Amino acid sequence: MVSMWHSATVRTSLGFIALAAVCALFADFQISTQDPWQEVGRLMLGLVMPDFLAVDFLGQALLRTLAFAFVGVGLGALVGLPLALAFHSAWVRTGCAFVRAIHELFWALIFLQFFGLHPLTGVLAIAIPYAGIFAKVYAEIFDETDPQPARVLPPDSGRISGLAFTRLSQAWPHLVSYTAYRLECGLRSSAVLGFVGMPTLGYYLESAFAQGAYGSVGALLILFYVLIATLRLWVRPRLLPFYLLAAPFLLGSGLPIMWSNVSRFFTQDIVPAPLRQGEGLTGLGTWLWELLTTQALPGIWHTLLLTQVALVITGALAMALFPLVSHHFTGRHFTGRVRGTLGHVVLVVMRSTPEYLLAFILLQLWGPSMLPAVVALALHNGGIIAHLVGQRSNQLTLRQDAPRGLDRYAYEIAPRVYGPFLALLFYRWEIIMRETAILGILGIATLGFYVDSAIQEIRFDRALVLILITAALNIGVDILARRLRARLRLRHTVHSEP
Amino acid sequence: MNALALRDAVAEYGTIRVLGPLSLTLAPGEHVALVGKSGAGKSTLLSVMFDRWRDRHPALMPQELGLVPTLSVFHNVYMGGLFRHRGWYNLMTLVRPFGRDVQTIKLLLERLDIADKCWTAVGELSGGERQRVAAARAIHQGGDLLLADEPVSALDGPLAEQLMAALTTAYPTAVLAMHDVELALRFTDRVVGIADGCIALDEPSHRLNAQDLLPLY
Repeated sequence: MVSMWHSATVRTSLGFIALAAVCALFADFQISTQDPWQEVGRLMLGLVMPDFLAVDFLGQALLRTLAFAFVGVGLGALVGLPLALAFHSAWVRTGCAFVRAIHELFWALIFLQFFGLHPLTGVLAIAIPYAGIFAKVYAEIFDETDPQPARVLPPDSGRISGLAFTRLSQAWPHLVSYTAYRLECGLRSSAVLGFVGMPTLGYYLESAFAQGAYGSVGALLILFYVLIATLRLWVRPRLLPFYLLAAPFLLGSGLPIMWSNVSRFFTQDIVPAPLRQGEGLTGLGTWLWELLTTQALPGIWHTLLLTQVALVITGALAMALFPLVSHHFTGRHFTGRVRGTLGHVVLVVMRSTPEYLLAFILLQLWGPSMLPAVVALALHNGGIIAHLVGQRSNQLTLRQDAPRGLDRYAYEIAPRVYGPFLALLFYRWEIIMRETAILGILGIATLGFYVDSAIQEIRFDRALVLILITAALNIGVDILARRLRARLRLRHTVHSEP
Repeated sequence: MNALALRDAVAEYGTIRVLGPLSLTLAPGEHVALVGKSGAGKSTLLSVMFDRWRDRHPALMPQELGLVPTLSVFHNVYMGGLFRHRGWYNLMTLVRPFGRDVQTIKLLLERLDIADKCWTAVGELSGGERQRVAAARAIHQGGDLLLADEPVSALDGPLAEQLMAALTTAYPTAVLAMHDVELALRFTDRVVGIADGCIALDEPSHRLNAQDLLPLY
């Protein structure tokens, strides 16, 4: 007898679940703090009774977070647009894939070495990977526009005006909505840059935690959620030029750039040690081999373990939570709308909390292991996917006599949204892996851990090789995900891409 | 079963009235054809009937069929009987169907000449095949009232007749919106003609011929 197990989608899902189960056997999940729930309780108390009195630094933290996000995302979009138009060139595509594959925090760690704590470090750390992302997604949006209008355009219409009247004007609403979505991501990136010393939210959060000031932690988190939840209210097309003009002046002055550091970084710091010391190619070989076996391989191993476990838990969470925002389950009438709004609040909080920040908090509460990382990744990414799957389900029209409750979920909705769900999950795969690597900075033995240690030991040559390996790993997963999507014929429109 | 009655039923789309007011009484055991040109209000009338008579648990076969493309033919047909089982049983069926359900549904599919597609995903079927799956689903639901909107529009010749016969024997009482006048006259007892959202004709089928229905189109 044939049944659902024969569908390629279901088999692929089961394969992923089995792989994650095997990975979980090798992973280290434990809570090592003495009294983790007391810590959680204190944090909750801080969220319930936030301390808004530290107005001075709260305002400063939010202002800087906004400024870095606006300048970084603005610059990224400005560079990404022309790159998108040239995206057919293999050079542009490869270059964009490469800069995308390196996480903002890694970029920040690199720039910190030669620009120091100058605002340029934070701005470039956001702008460079975002330019790569914008180029790719803008190009996909352009590809989806109708080519007919451009074909019937009279000759000599001019390249720029032809473009503006045909592809650009068709793509405009999608470009705007995607850029707005990216601004939200930019706010999260900007907040997280504080953890490596930029004057944004993360910086203040880290010091509030260090002092055990949970009231301030609560106030910072609540303000951050409010900022993101109300984004639509205060980011208006008409106000945007004003924000973009003002933002560069609100970055703070930081510390001046020492140009001697810049040249030293490129001529000495990143040159592999054996070459610097004249040991030649044999020395380089030994050096690379040692780096690979003692750091890169363990780092890759842990990164892969954590990624696969987090990916499956993310998926399970998303499929379990999307009914919270699907009107097929909440109902359309008044009580249903109230329930739906509550569901939205839950998902907004989940997806607004950057993984890094969440992992940082959970590490403080539970002590070092892979557990905080998995929970953080699953909550954040699960929230995003649940939101998008819920939106997708709201586009479905059911029969008048459709069943309710569990039957409705299992027979009517889940089979219809499962394809789009998998497409979204595969999109997030690369993102989850990038984040997994970066969480190493917090002390989990993924690639980021070894990068961070190398930087602490002032061995930038090693750090750079490890970052390149991380980038290669991300590109590999991205290619794999694309192959899987093509094989399972999962079609998905870019506009809803997270 | 008591008679089914609509009294002064109306339907509005925004501020535009698309149906009624109209009154209609269905005797138990009656097979009624709704005829009229497209846009006359047949689908709306069926939808109003479904809402009014919800407590009689009518089987519904909407024009869009309402099938789940990613599920197999078996599962789509099984959905008509979800209410007969507990949630866990339905979930198990999704994972691995029970033998007796497969037997029942296979029999039904054989009657409709589509048993060979039992485990094919509905998304991969042709329009006519889908329509037969939707009909099988409606038949599997069971009950005494069927509301069907253009149930054989994608079929022709013997297949259409076979399906009409299956639907009308499965349900003692049925309302079927039809555009094939010949079929309507052959398989129903009563014809209700709809024009501009109102009843323009209401006669027993044996007193009518195809010519009588022409003015409605």
